[in-house]
Amino acid sequence: MSRNLINITDLTVEEINKLIETADDIVANHADYEDICRHKKLATLFFEPSTRTRLSFEAAMLELGGSVLGFSSANSSSAAKGESVSDTIMTVGNYVDIIAMRHPKEGAPIVAAKRAEVPIINAGDGGHFHPTQTLTDLLTIKRKKGRLNNLTIGLCGDLKFGRTVHSLIEAMLRYEGIKFVLISPDELKVPEYVIENMQKAGAEFYETESLEDAMPELDILYMTRIQKERFFNEEDYVRLKDSYILNLEKLDNAKEDLTIMHPLPRVNEISVEVDDDPRACYFFQALCGKHIRMALILFLLGIEK
Amino acid sequence: MDISGVKNGIVIDHIKAGKSMQIYDLLGLGKIDNTVALIKNASSEKYGKKDIIKIDEIIDLDYDVLGYVDSNITVNIVEDNRLAKKLHMELPEKLVNVVKCKNPRCITSVEQEIVHEFRLVDKEKKIYRCCYCDAEHRVK
Ligand SMILES: [Zn+2]
Repeated sequence: MSRNLINITDLTVEEINKLIETADDIVANHADYEDICRHKKLATLFFEPSTRTRLSFEAAMLELGGSVLGFSSANSSSAAKGESVSDTIMTVGNYVDIIAMRHPKEGAPIVAAKRAEVPIINAGDGGHFHPTQTLTDLLTIKRKKGRLNNLTIGLCGDLKFGRTVHSLIEAMLRYEGIKFVLISPDELKVPEYVIENMQKAGAEFYETESLEDAMPELDILYMTRIQKERFFNEEDYVRLKDSYILNLEKLDNAKEDLTIMHPLPRVNEISVEVDDDPRACYFFQALCGKHIRMALILFLLGIEK
Repeated sequence: MDISGVKNGIVIDHIKAGKSMQIYDLLGLGKIDNTVALIKNASSEKYGKKDIIKIDEIIDLDYDVLGYVDSNITVNIVEDNRLAKKLHMELPEKLVNVVKCKNPRCITSVEQEIVHEFRLVDKEKKIYRCCYCDAEHRVK
């Protein structure tokens, strides 16, 4: 049975540490990795489009000297003709060494993993899991802060539907001394089960509606988008959206070494004037995304340098 | 417990009143050739009213289904007119094709041939989660 990555908790803390080490070694000793996946193939099976994630996977495999094939939407795949996930995987599994798949339905990668003989990476299944985003976030935090413990992490925006936020919390609960500051309008607070998980793990946290009040104590500020459709009426949306847009003024009382993160794509929740501030790390985060995917591909293929 | 009328067989006792037909269907008792007796609204010291099912042979039953439907059910195995074994039901760790996931975003909602699976996550609160999408299912 091959290893898969469906949810971030499929990996132990030790395994995550190892991935982070490999990602750093890829940067330090790049030449050692240039051909390491020669003759290996990655399939990117994207049953729904996500250009950013797909390109990140493809860049990762190409940089390891491997090659890639796949499709970028259900329309251009056999799924449009009604083929099941299992059948697609059973077929493609004959062509490649590892598969990254994204699917609009929750649990689709689990169906795939049951049939596949090659490793399956969940590249997002609806609103359910997106573990490589979480790995990206962890690597970014580690590189910027030098540690994954003893941090105060502000999570801002749509905390109700934002799956990246839920799995980042789940992943960070495994480290000591993490404090969460949950910044959102009342309508978009984190779901009850996330609160329960934080309580169970004994983590410190509080909820607030004010980004400005929370700002001074934050080591990390993780911004997410607030979507208009999440609100019952236009007035609430217009009233609230501005208070969750990050600009230089709101950063006035922030720490000097704050790390500002965002899963991207951004729409307007971080104003472009922030991009040149040294605390803005969201494009660096995209780079980390490629490095951690390289490390993950090596790990799942069982390749060491 | 009344095992009268059963020489060798099974008496499913302490079924919540009104639930015996559901259990009859779930266990597929309509498809077997044995004599099966359904007793509805029998009086019970514990529950006021209860249903009972009697089967005149010791056959294999899906105890997971029984435990899921009602964990208060007891199964009595009768041999030579005597109570040979009394089994208490429990909520099963896994439900396979017993309930369907109701989450419209779940992969099982679009692909018919997938086996519906739930795992028990909280015994006290009787909460199961879909093995695919983690949607919650509470046992009533
Ligand atoms: Zn489901």
